[in-house]
Amino acid sequence: MKHIISLLMENESGALSRVAGLFSARAYNIESLTVAPTEDATLSRMTIVTSGSEEVIEQIIKQLNKLVDVVKVLDLNDGRYIERELMLVKVKATGIFRDEMKRMCDIFRGRIIDVADGSYTIEVTGSSSKLDAFLEALDKSAILETVRTGASGIGRGDRILKV
Amino acid sequence: MEDRSSPHSHQISGAEILIRCLQEEKVKFVFGYPGGAVLHIYDEIFKQDAFKHILVRHEQAAVHAADAFARATGEVGVALVTSGPGATNAITGIATAYMDSIPLVVISGQVPAPAIGMDAFQEVDMVGITRPCVKHNFLVKDVKDIAATIKKAFYIAATGRPGPVVVDIPKDITAHFAKFEYPASVEMRSYTPIMKGHSGQIKKAVKLLLEAKRPMIYTGGGVVLGNAAEELVQLARKLGYPVTNTLMGLGGYPSTDNQFLGMLGMHGTYEANMAMQNCDVLLAVGARFDDRVIGNPGHFFSKDRTIIHVDVDPSSISKRVKIDVPIVGHVKSVLAEMNELLIAETKAPDAGEIKSWWQQIDTWREKKSLVYKNSTDVIKPQYVIEKLWEVTKGDAYVTSDVGQHQMWAAQYYKFDKPRRWINSGGLGTMGVGLPYAMGCQLANPTAQVACITGEGSIQMNIQELSTCHQFRLPIKVILLNNRYLGMVRQWQEFFYENRYSESYMDSLPDFVKLAESYGHVGMNIVNPADVEGALKGAFDMKDRFVFMNFITDQTENVFPMVPNGKGLSEMILAGEE
Ligand SMILES: Cc1cc2nc3c(=O)[nH]c(=O)nc-3n(C[C@H](O)[C@H](O)[C@H](O)COP(=O)(O)OP(=O)(O)OC[C@H]3O[C@@H](n4cnc5c(N)ncnc54)[C@H](O)[C@@H]3O)c2cc1C
Ligand SMILES: Cc1ncc(C[n+]2csc(CCOP(=O)(O)OP(=O)(O)O)c2C)c(N)n1
Ligand SMILES: [Mg+2]
Repeated sequence: MKHIISLLMENESGALSRVAGLFSARAYNIESLTVAPTEDATLSRMTIVTSGSEEVIEQIIKQLNKLVDVVKVLDLNDGRYIERELMLVKVKATGIFRDEMKRMCDIFRGRIIDVADGSYTIEVTGSSSKLDAFLEALDKSAILETVRTGASGIGRGDRILKV
Repeated sequence: MEDRSSPHSHQISGAEILIRCLQEEKVKFVFGYPGGAVLHIYDEIFKQDAFKHILVRHEQAAVHAADAFARATGEVGVALVTSGPGATNAITGIATAYMDSIPLVVISGQVPAPAIGMDAFQEVDMVGITRPCVKHNFLVKDVKDIAATIKKAFYIAATGRPGPVVVDIPKDITAHFAKFEYPASVEMRSYTPIMKGHSGQIKKAVKLLLEAKRPMIYTGGGVVLGNAAEELVQLARKLGYPVTNTLMGLGGYPSTDNQFLGMLGMHGTYEANMAMQNCDVLLAVGARFDDRVIGNPGHFFSKDRTIIHVDVDPSSISKRVKIDVPIVGHVKSVLAEMNELLIAETKAPDAGEIKSWWQQIDTWREKKSLVYKNSTDVIKPQYVIEKLWEVTKGDAYVTSDVGQHQMWAAQYYKFDKPRRWINSGGLGTMGVGLPYAMGCQLANPTAQVACITGEGSIQMNIQELSTCHQFRLPIKVILLNNRYLGMVRQWQEFFYENRYSESYMDSLPDFVKLAESYGHVGMNIVNPADVEGALKGAFDMKDRFVFMNFITDQTENVFPMVPNGKGLSEMILAGEE
């Protein structure tokens, strides 16, 4: 099953490679990994999207906790959470595609953020599955380029990950 | 040359700071080898006499010797190597210590900070290379950080589940100046090892133990590392339950005690493996359910049992085997708490059930799975170990290399005390035996130290014969020379239809001459009748290093054996192959 794991770690050089190295060394799946500093400059927050059996996920959480630079780990799937990902898609916008792309963009509540003679660049945010659905809905031949940030996640309500 | 800008009066160089840190940590030995990147440090070593530097002949041996010093004493071992090839030579030693959870601080020199990333002479990304085989590592970027980093390194290495920590220090930083202040304590929000076990879980465990009909206590390296042998003995005696040890746990429970069933696992005794397989309540303490211990997991689970697992590392729990009652905590405090509960307890184990369980175990013992056929023509390796045990009165520090000889040492030398059996279990590193003996002998100058080895393994760090001479280490090498990579040959005999691919040992040196050329005593022992006399003679030479080359039976195999993929109760016994 897919799990979203959030963690706080010391903002030290090399901390990212410890996490990435752990996943490759122990052959854990990694679908996406995002990391950036938090409001506290000494801490980075990472969101990892992974999948595996319950036993594997339990080991992943334990192994992450074991890393000396990791301060806190939270499996967002243990409660209610919100997941968001940002995607930029450059699509053909010629002929019939020009209207079609604008309509699809509206349906998925995306925004056209760059307009050129033959193309649009569309920004869409949402859960990863919504972004997948958007790509599914587009005519494959119209997609010129995509870039996705990988998911970020946060607990709902008073589920707070903080030091 | 880097800038050695002149210091203020209260400032000292990074190299001197490092030495002062090691003194603060009360380090007795630093095992190392010099080179360009650590020359400032070696210059400071020259000027001090708080600790002794042991110059090895290969950096791998420096790390192994520091590792053995840690295993024998419980203190943190320290090694020092230069950048590049010095650092890479240390890797096998670091990985060996990592797999067996041994506390080490390995200090490596690095090229000057401004040269990092420039493919500088003798540059290697030590932090990157060691990341998968250390508990933690550091690259020191400022002379002002040296003291705090070393303090953290010792703290991390020794606490929680112990392990090696690498501190990589660029050369220019050892030349810069700063004020020396050693932190009194370490506070790390990201690293807070758990000491005390959960009281509710401990109560639950004690209750389960008292209700058990076929109980079994299985303990490992954690009992040795956590200095909890006394607590374990108290617990086991109070309950009267059978005990088995892993290869790493030997000595954690006295082997000559009647409640001891011997080692379990791939080469464990019949009774230990059968009891492990058939128990109804299993207490696992500081042991990690290794694949060499439980055999085929599917087969292991075909029997129902309740498992209590005490371990300081949560990731050891429910890793390979689902645990019913996990207790995360330090062995010493958890066992002590169990003992207190048992003293206060009014309920006792069901005497009838426990008695019939012991009767069952005694029938397994009847198999006498460690009995071997001795010979008057050719030396049996098992016989040498039995005699070694007698001659040393079971009180030696015994190191081993990796192979058949290692298993025979584990099976036939009956360890009654912890920290006496020093070997590489997790990584299984051939070549550790001699440097391990050096670490033990330096830690215990007057103790008997025996290195049980094979002619394959000993040649992997044979250069240390020179170090042993320089420091006058009276180690006794017991070479069980079967002219084969015996453990490989055994697998080829069993599983590859006797195709002995590259497992012979041809063109061996004359070990007696070799030992003599390094200034040691050498002996060849060919006749079984000479074994005991040779051992006595060697151990009587209290101040000499003696290299004993026992020419042993080439075809001897290690039994019992659980073949790969088979269940614990599916052992091949001697005479059944
Ligand atoms: C040729 C060969 C054959 C082998 N055959 C066998 C065999 O037949 N039988 C066998 O048993 N092994 C065998 N081994 C060794 C095997 O590979 C493992 O190294 C060994 O079984 C692991 O021992 P352990 O479970 O005691 O764990 P260790 O590696 O000693 O780990 C210790 C455990 O204790 C925990 N711990 C550490 N400190 C504390 C503390 N203070 N408090 C609480 N917990 C703590 C750690 O977290 C860890 O989980 C063999 C090795 C070789 C090379
Ligand atoms: C560095 C290293 N290389 C290879 C192995 C694989 N291996 C395990 S046991 C063994 C044979 C050891 O031979 P020897 O030292 O003569 O001991 P014996 O088994 O004959 O007692 C080998 C090659 C290993 N454990 N370590
Ligand atoms: Mg051999």
